[in-house]
Amino acid sequence: MIALPPPKPEVLARRDEIVAGLRAIVPGDGVIAEPIRLRPYETDGLSAYRQPPMAVVLPSSTEQVAAVMRFLHGNGVRVVPRGAGTSLSGGALPLEDSVVIGLMRMNRILDVSFPDRLAVVEAGVTNLGITKAVEGEGFFYAPDPSSQLACMIGGNVMMNSGGAHCLKYGVTANNLLGLTFVTVEGEVVEIGGGHLDAAGYDYLGLITGSEGQLGIVTEVTVRILRSAEGQRAMLAAFRSTEVAGEVVDAIMASGVIPVALEFMDRPCIHACEAFAHAGYPLDAEALLIIEVEGSVEEQDALLESIRAICDRFDPISTRVAASAEESLAIWKGRKGAFGAVGRISPDYLCMDGTIPTGELPLVLRRIGEMSEAYGLKVANVFHAGDGNLHPLIMFDANDPDSFRKAEEFGADILKLCVEVGGCLTGEHGVGVEKRDLMGVQFLPPELEQQRRVKEAFDPGWLLNPAKVFPLQGALAPAGH
Amino acid sequence: MSGERLAPADEAGIAAAVRAAREAGTPLMVEGSGTRQGMLRPVQAARTLSTRALTGIVLYRPQEMVIAARAGTPVEEIEAALQERGQRINAEPPDLRSLLGTEALPPPTIGGTVATNLSGPRRIAGAAVRDLVLGLRFVNGAGEVLRSGGRVHKNVTGLDLCKLLSGSHGTLGVVTEVTLKVAPAGERTATLAIPVADEAAGVAVLSAGLTSPYGVTGAAMLPAGMEAAGVAGPVALLRLEDVAASVAYRLGRLAAMLPGGRAVEEEGSRALWRALRDATPLAAAAGEGVWRLSLRPSAAPAAVAALRAAGCRALLDWGGGLVLTAGPATEASHAAVAAAARGTGGTFTLLRAPESLRAARDVLPPEAPALAALSARVKAALDPAGILNPGRMWAGG
Repeated sequence: MIALPPPKPEVLARRDEIVAGLRAIVPGDGVIAEPIRLRPYETDGLSAYRQPPMAVVLPSSTEQVAAVMRFLHGNGVRVVPRGAGTSLSGGALPLEDSVVIGLMRMNRILDVSFPDRLAVVEAGVTNLGITKAVEGEGFFYAPDPSSQLACMIGGNVMMNSGGAHCLKYGVTANNLLGLTFVTVEGEVVEIGGGHLDAAGYDYLGLITGSEGQLGIVTEVTVRILRSAEGQRAMLAAFRSTEVAGEVVDAIMASGVIPVALEFMDRPCIHACEAFAHAGYPLDAEALLIIEVEGSVEEQDALLESIRAICDRFDPISTRVAASAEESLAIWKGRKGAFGAVGRISPDYLCMDGTIPTGELPLVLRRIGEMSEAYGLKVANVFHAGDGNLHPLIMFDANDPDSFRKAEEFGADILKLCVEVGGCLTGEHGVGVEKRDLMGVQFLPPELEQQRRVKEAFDPGWLLNPAKVFPLQGALAPAGH
Repeated sequence: MSGERLAPADEAGIAAAVRAAREAGTPLMVEGSGTRQGMLRPVQAARTLSTRALTGIVLYRPQEMVIAARAGTPVEEIEAALQERGQRINAEPPDLRSLLGTEALPPPTIGGTVATNLSGPRRIAGAAVRDLVLGLRFVNGAGEVLRSGGRVHKNVTGLDLCKLLSGSHGTLGVVTEVTLKVAPAGERTATLAIPVADEAAGVAVLSAGLTSPYGVTGAAMLPAGMEAAGVAGPVALLRLEDVAASVAYRLGRLAAMLPGGRAVEEEGSRALWRALRDATPLAAAAGEGVWRLSLRPSAAPAAVAALRAAGCRALLDWGGGLVLTAGPATEASHAAVAAAARGTGGTFTLLRAPESLRAARDVLPPEAPALAALSARVKAALDPAGILNPGRMWAGG
């Protein structure tokens, strides 16, 4: 288990006073302090870690967030920002002496401009909610994390979320224009706006992916894009993961970049097929899902050239969708992968390292060896075009030894990702989950530099403490 | 201005020079090949530290779409290596020597390109330079050699100092090596050139192109009186780059949607967009001022009208969202630029002007007090002694 810092006794002792102060700012039912009602906030998508906060506050405006921050800052209270709570790395895990600021009531779409190709939304609007607001005009918001039905744009900004289609359209950071940002002292700051490439330091880029370490985002201006005329997927099944890895390289080198290029290994294929009945070939060791965009004629031409590449590698089978419905069927298994694995194992840890794509065969082989050594099953599903792996390590949460081994197995996979030239996390964030592995990727002076930048925003280490930065270190957070 | 010029041969030399400067408390003017030293505010420093001697591509994996080069490597050398494998830098970084009157200097470096984060026409569909920076090696103001990011496309590990360093104009660190995401170059290219009456009509045409499903990768407008590669304004320009069949098909669809234009194909199109990228049609004369405004595209026609009233001429890129303007290097023109940016909620950058104007006026929009305080703390977090390009972006900062 990953250690959390001890609560500040002087803050716990003033709990009632702090709750009353919050109620004075956010009236009605916007402050939660009853233990039973705090339970839904005790964890996020990393459900092995649970800790109810001291209180939850649900502001409904930027002004309320600013007033809450001024009050909490003045009282030295730790703050954990929260969107939908779908973080897979424990990014929204509370501390005992913290106040959770939940942004789900800030769910208004404030402005949409098609001529300027942007939308201004509050932080609690869901990822899919943005696309829903603009799809009538043929537009969409590009980053599409698997949790897009539930996850909120504020959380997407904080984690710099990706998704299956970021191979073509980029991640959250590449699709933002502006932020309304509340500092730890409760000042409201406008970053960027409706234009590209604001002058001055790139706070938009620095805040994106900062995991709540720098401040609270309350409004977001996103780019919206016109959808392509259509899209269609194909499946290609191969006899070994090595061969499928070579196919990925060959496609990427061909000059035709698909909008999505997804990879599943045998355990994942079987789990998804049992769950979704998508027609996946069960004799394959590796399956690729490849999607292209354009007019029907363009789709045909692109899929034909990709099929020709696949054919050079002796596929078990290839299947090109003939219609949008067949494409959906192909995607159905992949989109349900996490749920499918959840059906065959009581619990799983979803890892998120990135590797240079050329290292894929080596990394998959090593993960297979680790799986045997730990005695834990693993299913691999990942965004192959950009090397972002999602090994799903299956374990039994009722067995402490099984959980400990799963965490060690996960850490070994992430160390391997760094060893071959990759990184600890491609899109889920460091959170608490990977915090103590930061020293694997960064040298001490590099971590110190990041800490000093964090301190420029949050000198008292009140914002989302115990996440991202290891608790030890020369510049250890105050109170640790 | 700079007296002694240092150009160490390696990263350790850069770090040693920064440490020495810190110990002596003497500021450094940081540069690559120096082609953009006339941008923003003049730096008061006894010494210049250049990364121009740090050259060479250190890693290129076409199938992983990644390239890494030392900071002093000319952008054109990187682009030549990419072209051999049918790839490109999607941000289309400009060579501004002609615009900035620095033709006599060697070509821009990749380090300077990251430090200034200036992107070309494809920014509207592709990415800014900062979006493509996967990893950096840099020397902070304490003389420490640090890394941020890496060489993989998706990486959210820790704070993204790559983005913080990009566009920080050498004030936070000296970039020594850059790892970039690259992209396929597109088999064919063509531009639909549509004559338009004025900026309002031009921006409407560009918007129609950019809100079409046809994957436009350039959307610029040459005004009346400007010409590039044989295409004379006023004209709206929409570019396509893709596999041959797609370019032919989409060009037909765009032409049907926006009648009255003509197609400029292949080398003609490439020459046209090189000129737009480098803003050569502005033909800025010695002694003139040059500014760059980034706005909501719909605000561009009014902004251009205001700039014209102040005696400036302007061309539009990014569907109208980027206005490049040249005119008298006077307080009045500068005030008109700043007002046009402020009035539209946009931003501006002073690219070229006599030192007297650059030293006397805000060269970027002033930051709100809370943001300015933050910038001072961020600067101190990376450059505690304030020795790297002091005063480049803001007076005293």
